Amino acid sequence: MSNKPRSPSRRDFLRQSMVAVPAVTLLGSSALAPEPGHAAPGTGAKTYAPRYFNAAEWDFLQAAVDRLIPPSEDGPSAVEAGVPEFIDRQMDAAYGHGGYWYMQGPFVPESPATLGYQLRYTPREFYRKAIAAIDDWCRRQHGKSFSALTHEQQDDILGQMEKGQIKLEDVPTDTFFSQLITNTKEGYFSDPMYGGNKQMGAWKMIGFPGARADFADWIEQPGKAYPFGPVSIEGEQS
Amino acid sequence: MIRMKPVDVVIVGFGWTGAIMGAELTEAGLNVLALERGNYRDTSPDFIYPRNADELAFGIRGDLFQPLARETITVRHGLNDTAVPYRQYGSFLFGNNVGGAGVHWNGQHYRPSPEDLELESHIAQRYGRKFMPEDMQIQDYGVTYDELEPFLEHFEYVCGTSGKAGNLNGSLQEGGNPFEGPRKREYPNPPVRSNYGAGLFADAARALGYKPFPQPSANASQVYTNPYGVRLGPCNLCGYCERFSCYMYSKASPQTTILPVLLRRPNFSLRTQSHVTRVNLDSTRKRATGVTYIDAQGQEVEQPADLVIVAAFQMHNVRLMLLSGIGAPYDPVTGKGVIGKNYAYQMMSSISVFYDRDVAINPFIGAGSGGNVIIDEFNSDHFDHGPHGFVGGGYILGGQTGGRPIQQLLLPPGTPAWGEKWKRAAKESYLHTTGVQTHGSVMAYRDRYLDLDPTYKDAFGLPLLRMTFDWHDNEYKMTKFLTDRAQEIANQMKPRQTSATVRQPGSHYDVRQYQTTHTTGGVIQGASPETSALNRYQQSWDVPNVFVTGASAFPQNIGYNPTGLIGGLTYWSAKAIRETYLKHPGPLVQA
Repeated sequence: MSNKPRSPSRRDFLRQSMVAVPAVTLLGSSALAPEPGHAAPGTGAKTYAPRYFNAAEWDFLQAAVDRLIPPSEDGPSAVEAGVPEFIDRQMDAAYGHGGYWYMQGPFVPESPATLGYQLRYTPREFYRKAIAAIDDWCRRQHGKSFSALTHEQQDDILGQMEKGQIKLEDVPTDTFFSQLITNTKEGYFSDPMYGGNKQMGAWKMIGFPGARADFADWIEQPGKAYPFGPVSIEGEQS
Repeated sequence: MIRMKPVDVVIVGFGWTGAIMGAELTEAGLNVLALERGNYRDTSPDFIYPRNADELAFGIRGDLFQPLARETITVRHGLNDTAVPYRQYGSFLFGNNVGGAGVHWNGQHYRPSPEDLELESHIAQRYGRKFMPEDMQIQDYGVTYDELEPFLEHFEYVCGTSGKAGNLNGSLQEGGNPFEGPRKREYPNPPVRSNYGAGLFADAARALGYKPFPQPSANASQVYTNPYGVRLGPCNLCGYCERFSCYMYSKASPQTTILPVLLRRPNFSLRTQSHVTRVNLDSTRKRATGVTYIDAQGQEVEQPADLVIVAAFQMHNVRLMLLSGIGAPYDPVTGKGVIGKNYAYQMMSSISVFYDRDVAINPFIGAGSGGNVIIDEFNSDHFDHGPHGFVGGGYILGGQTGGRPIQQLLLPPGTPAWGEKWKRAAKESYLHTTGVQTHGSVMAYRDRYLDLDPTYKDAFGLPLLRMTFDWHDNEYKMTKFLTDRAQEIANQMKPRQTSATVRQPGSHYDVRQYQTTHTTGGVIQGASPETSALNRYQQSWDVPNVFVTGASAFPQNIGYNPTGLIGGLTYWSAKAIRETYLKHPGPLVQA
């Protein structure tokens, strides 16, 4: 169909990124040595200095989320989209402090999974505890911390975490994986004002028009491809 | 303790039913005070664009919901299990602040089927008592559809509900729901036009011989002025509806339909940040003297009143009755007692319908209810249940309420949860996927109930409500039957692929997955104080100057969204208070 919205190619994405934030981008990509598999030049993601995570945690986080949503021709990777920044900023928000959750004890973590989250950790506590434990496990098993392993090893470890196959004291790795992937997708697809979804790249990839939120005239045109790109809450346009 | 000046009526909770009671009882000339534990809020400045188009804040974090940090419930599956807290939102979503859940609902605005209100009698008469499993304890509401019809209609006109009548005074209407009870008048507004996915569903359903109709929607399809003189605007299908407020003044809520008038009445007052902890009784325990609440400064305040309306969310109503000692708590072993009895829920299933890239579904074009299409052939007792061996049913819906990517991204079966293949699937599926859902009833059972938790407390140190709930075989049969029919329609839609999510026999109730916020029962209405907490007018059998509104009164759940019935029952109860109770304060039905 000719009237379908054109999927933004990776080249378009990078070109638009460059136009949107040239100064930050150039500073970011030249000031830091690029690491393989991490931020592509042109996103500005590396210029962010984490406020909650320490250096080792930050290395883990960037490496892990960029395997969950890796670089590819389809659209931005998690690091390109600023997901680590999103997660770091969430750690200082009410969410990170467990402010949305009932956190009174007693805690019964051995309850059936169907009764939901029953750990005593707030999200920020869980990241701190789990990353240290997983990095420690990686050093014992592979002699290196998670971020220094190959993509293949990282994917294998994430897959084992997803299935709860890595057993660590006090850290159910499947529950941690669930928090990590949930926060990763939140950062990837939420409004850019939260620090992720830089230049609305994830929205452009799938064709979601973001905060447009007005389709009165489009209900009269069922089946016709929607031609407009996304807008953000703070007024970014595409 | 601080003691306030007495009022005629105190209303606990200021959502839909609190607003309706406030409007009705101030019209009767009474001095009415509403106590709301949350804050005041209104369309402007609280719900405005673009702030509301924020999936993370509202869809995911739940900024419109009751903060669970202060109060939640506990859940267990069976009588011998230990309940643990519902620490994060999943299965259902409590409202918060003025307007309550009436702000973040979808506006799916149904009436019950006539037989839903007399379910026990109807099933016994048509199929025989043996058709009901031994531990199923369904009951009649004590009020019939014909009695309730004017009140169901009035609430639709208050909400500006958009739809197409299927039965006007017994005459079936093309394009409406032929299975509905007779209505006296057409809907106040015409339906919202179908979204594309819903249109594909409607064509497929028609081809299979069903009678699809537009989902009745409290999302106004055009500019509309309601009986209070309050004006709503047309829905623009923004895609931010359930879990969100409405910036267009289109989705009916207390704010968009009643409050602009009620808040200006001199005999009405609203006190926010006032958390009611109990209804006070006199020494006979047959009469309420008012309520006690904790104010914004943390002080205990006594509010005397002649009449107490308990109008909070279903679970909060049950908890307040237990904390106040009104009515005997239900005992699941003996089956005696009434408060907490017959907690029920709903059972959903869904089918994702995937098309190729040449089919532009545009899932982000959606409203909470307007634009979707329904078939009702398998709801209530619209079909012969005899061969199928279960009680209840539900509707089947086609279309979508929005395409918010964190929560509503549908991916083909077999797609991994992460990695390059996930990303590719997200990119290729998003614009070309719609859904079919089933929305089914859950009956009441002897071992499914609500009481106070022995261990966990709220921020004030009061015991949390405890839910004991799991699925029964009747509902597994219901959902399988309904989902099989939904799958046939989905196949008829000629998609590339479909993927069904349906609860399997033996699986337990899972609080992590959103199902519905349509929790019911615990302070049920009915014919006798032996079997119900309230009489047919929602008046406490035990303390006649206490009325309890909302879905806590449902003896078992229906296959429809409950708000239409809740509104109708509240107007029905208000009329009985105005016309009968006020003249002779006392029991409206002799026990």
